[in-house]
Amino acid sequence: MALVWLILIPFVGGLLCWQGERWGEQSPRWIALGTMLLVLLITLGLWWYGDYRLPPGAEAEAVPWAIEWRAAWIPRFGIEVHLALDGLSLVLVALTGLLGVLAVLCSWHEIGRRVGFFHLNLLWILAGVVGVFLAIDLFLFFFFWEMMLVPMYFLIALWGHSGSTGRTRIGAATKFFIYTQASGLLMLVAILGLVFAHHHATGEYTFSYAALRETPLSDELSTWLMLGFFFAFAVKLPVVPFHGWLPDAHAQAPTAGSVDLAGILLKTAAYGMLRFALPLFPEASQAFAPVAMGLGLVGIFYGALLACGQQDIKRLVAYTSISHMGFVLIGIYAGSELALQGVVVLMVAHAFSTSALFIISGQIHERLHTRDMREMGGLWGRMGSLPGFMLCFVVASLGMPGTVNFVGEFMILFGSFPLVPWVAAIASAGLVLAAIYSLLLMQRVHYGPPQGEGRFADLDRREYAMMLGLLALVLLLGLFPQPLLETSGATMHEVQRLFSDASAFMSSTEPMGDS
Amino acid sequence: MTLLLPLTFLLPLAGTLILAFSHTRLGERGSAWVGVISVGLAALATALLVHQFLGMPEARGVTLWTWIAVSDFQPTFGLMLDGLSLTMLGIITGVGLLIHWFAAWYMHGEEGITRFYAYMNLFVASMVLLVLGNNLLLLFLGWEGVGLCSYLLIGHYYHTAANGWAAFKAFIVTRIGDAFLAVGLFLLFRELGTLNIAEILQRAPELWAAGDPMVELTALLLLGGALGKSAQLPLHTWLADAMAGPTPVSALIHAATMVTAGVYLIARLHGVFLLAPDVLLLTGVIGALTLLAAGFAALAQTDIKRVLAYSTMSQIGYMFLALGVGGFEAAIFHLMTHSFFKALLFLSAGAVIVSCHHEQDIRRLGGLWRRLPLAYTGFVVGGAALAALPLVTAGFYSKDEILWQALASGHGELLLAGLLGALLTSLYTLRLIIGIFHGNPGSDNARRAEAGRGLAHGLPLIVLVLLSTFLGAWFEPPLVEVFPAPHEGGEGWHLALEIMASGVALAGIALGAWLFLRRGAWLADVASHGWGARLWRLWHHAWGFDAGYDRLLVRPYRGLVEWLRNDVVDAVVGLVARLAWWLHVGLARTQTGKLRLYAASMVVGATLMLLVMALAT
Repeated sequence: MALVWLILIPFVGGLLCWQGERWGEQSPRWIALGTMLLVLLITLGLWWYGDYRLPPGAEAEAVPWAIEWRAAWIPRFGIEVHLALDGLSLVLVALTGLLGVLAVLCSWHEIGRRVGFFHLNLLWILAGVVGVFLAIDLFLFFFFWEMMLVPMYFLIALWGHSGSTGRTRIGAATKFFIYTQASGLLMLVAILGLVFAHHHATGEYTFSYAALRETPLSDELSTWLMLGFFFAFAVKLPVVPFHGWLPDAHAQAPTAGSVDLAGILLKTAAYGMLRFALPLFPEASQAFAPVAMGLGLVGIFYGALLACGQQDIKRLVAYTSISHMGFVLIGIYAGSELALQGVVVLMVAHAFSTSALFIISGQIHERLHTRDMREMGGLWGRMGSLPGFMLCFVVASLGMPGTVNFVGEFMILFGSFPLVPWVAAIASAGLVLAAIYSLLLMQRVHYGPPQGEGRFADLDRREYAMMLGLLALVLLLGLFPQPLLETSGATMHEVQRLFSDASAFMSSTEPMGDS
Repeated sequence: MTLLLPLTFLLPLAGTLILAFSHTRLGERGSAWVGVISVGLAALATALLVHQFLGMPEARGVTLWTWIAVSDFQPTFGLMLDGLSLTMLGIITGVGLLIHWFAAWYMHGEEGITRFYAYMNLFVASMVLLVLGNNLLLLFLGWEGVGLCSYLLIGHYYHTAANGWAAFKAFIVTRIGDAFLAVGLFLLFRELGTLNIAEILQRAPELWAAGDPMVELTALLLLGGALGKSAQLPLHTWLADAMAGPTPVSALIHAATMVTAGVYLIARLHGVFLLAPDVLLLTGVIGALTLLAAGFAALAQTDIKRVLAYSTMSQIGYMFLALGVGGFEAAIFHLMTHSFFKALLFLSAGAVIVSCHHEQDIRRLGGLWRRLPLAYTGFVVGGAALAALPLVTAGFYSKDEILWQALASGHGELLLAGLLGALLTSLYTLRLIIGIFHGNPGSDNARRAEAGRGLAHGLPLIVLVLLSTFLGAWFEPPLVEVFPAPHEGGEGWHLALEIMASGVALAGIALGAWLFLRRGAWLADVASHGWGARLWRLWHHAWGFDAGYDRLLVRPYRGLVEWLRNDVVDAVVGLVARLAWWLHVGLARTQTGKLRLYAASMVVGATLMLLVMALAT
């Protein structure tokens, strides 16, 4: 039942926020904060009391869910409300709770119009995301997948900033919606295709993850279905060339929207690959892996190169996300346990460091009323402790050892090198590019002659606490990543097993094809 | 032991944290105290460790916790102390303490002193982790940490954009080396299944025969990392620009400790390099080339600190040369003496610079020896050690050892390079000293020079002066257990070499004295006309590497970034949307509201359809 609450609480909390505006300007903020804290506490409780480690001797068996909840929904088509939690989803739900709290906190002063409706949208996004992480009925998964979009659309369209050179918030919101909607439809087609194939084989309609995993598929069909899933996730991750929505959406969204987008919405894509694309179609994914890793490499370099050329802080950070997600893609399709665990760590790391950078961009924007780096420079001595924090997160984003980003990136590289040495070696060149764009950011914003007199307001207590908390997490997990690794270990081990079985299967069938 | 060893990095780290969270409440004096004391305590811990180690000289370690544990990937936070790391630890905390102390005088009255000491302490902590880490991932943590601190400290005077760019360059160039190092680590882990240094040294000879392509590749990648960090050809271009940082930073990071990390890395993994004779030879050749190239470049600099920077590259070139011929002990010994005398030279340079109101152009200084006696002493003693004047200086003993190893291992060409380098060293050292302290003052800043005062100024200089003499060479690093036995040869040959090397150094001094004192005008004339001027420009710009890289790498990169700036791929994908828009515009045109047009199009459409149907049947 706890799982249902995880989704219902932000959903109901959103409604309360909306109506709560009547009681005063501040009440929606407090309600939203309380709601997200509650979600976070529940997940932490689940984490504290649950056991997510790999049960010994359970090698060949599918790992059972730690918690499961199901109820009939549309029995005629075998559609259920089926929620389940394992280590991977727990990590991501906890991340959602944490970033939800931050998203509420960072819009405390930024949002002044229609505060109630804003928080309704914010919380409904989070409810949708939690649903995505918990649903294991494919129809329900698709339902939540689409449900995240609408409030995000409103968030960008109603509270966004219009950027320079004719980029409007409405345009960005529309672009975001069309990209994700179109790709989502492909996933729906693939889901239905899979269900019909299952019906064809067994005579039974079901959308259940466990049942569909056993569906016998021809090679060709499974490739097409896998591509349908992959495409949806690739748009969301995003993978170059399907990334066009991301920089616009990030740059135009309010800070909270960027935090949610970078911190958790992108993670739903990686989660989808790990949960669905790989386990449902292991052979097809294995065959597709070289292409996917190639796309990952392209993403690393393309994102990094574009990040170097941006003038808008938030666009720069947005492009760095594309670069980081390239590493995630490589890790997922390299498929060794080390690389997959690295993917989990890098997802968490990226959520922390990138949200922090977006929050900082927001804070700079609140003080300077611009995000254009040409109007900055020499801010080091004029902003109190903000530059110090920014330095820390920039350094985290370039993968400095001691931060959790390093652990993630290097686990992916160490894990993929034995399987695909060239991919890992080329990806390592991305470390240099990461240093270039990260330090360019510092150079343009904080170094050089100051562009004016006087000091800006120092961080207030709320801002300071957010930054310090994130920094502490980045460093703590960078030095002690083990709790995280142990939580997601069992799930990743299972994905790795499926994936390597598929490769063993393929290599064993190849000689037969020759003879 | 288990407590003492981690303290060596925890104490400076604590200093960093205190300073970082003090929010300028500590003030200048408070910050300096915290910075100096934390390193001082680390030095004290090191002294105790030395005492323990000398009592029972065997490698020991302590594992703090397991960093990451996924399947067989199990790097730990484990520290290891053996003769090599102990030597490095002594240099880092000992010389580090002196420099921290001196910095309290140097940075007096400047903005951002809290920040300065926070970074300096963080640097010491990272450097200690670099040399104590018992596995390569932890070493890499320290490796990147010192790079970061170097970046931050080069850019300490952030108001000038050029300083920021110098810092940027330093970080990026070394990071290129680091990427090679990272791939080297991946390769090592794939082949040997471990990152633990002791296990690597044990398993490598079991797996690889000498000259195996895989071990050559591994060694080459590791060498790439070392070249970046230690500013050797072709990744050396950052070090001269790194002089934009405060002078104590140059002394600590860009002379005594961080830039020698590459030497440490190769010495630490000597077992791998010995299996890769080609790469080992390459190391020696690169060292020889760098020591010559940097030596010539040092001759044609006008900035005190740039002369010293090129001299540092050149001296590290000697260390690489030593590594290349298998003289690991000689390399580390020179690393130690170099850290003494180069720190002395940099601190003396700092004393001159502050005394002369931040004037650091040799041409605008001069005639200072009477006004700044302590700095002069520092320069003379440090310079003598740098030029390896026989018997009385520390540099003589270590450089002699390197040349001897080159000879004993049969690398005549490297020996020649080393001897030629010794001549160059004498020349540029003398040019520097004469330029600063003799002749006539070249500017008002030099005429109004005020000698530094106080314990923070004097004591570090005096201690380093003593260490740069033969007293410094008395410290014998306890390396016998760590490395294979050095090359042996006839004692007679050794003596002959010593005499020859001394002769070269003294000849260089004599030649320099004659040139710079007697023939100064003639020299200036040669350097400003025709071939002389060209040669001067070439050396002044250090053989034009910067311009070459700018044209080959930086500009194409910027061009690419510029070309991609508006997201070409997105624009292409955007054509779909554009197409829909054009269709919309085109079709909207047909809605004219004219009935005649509608009727005509209906007729045309119906006819076409009938035609199609008729043809289809």
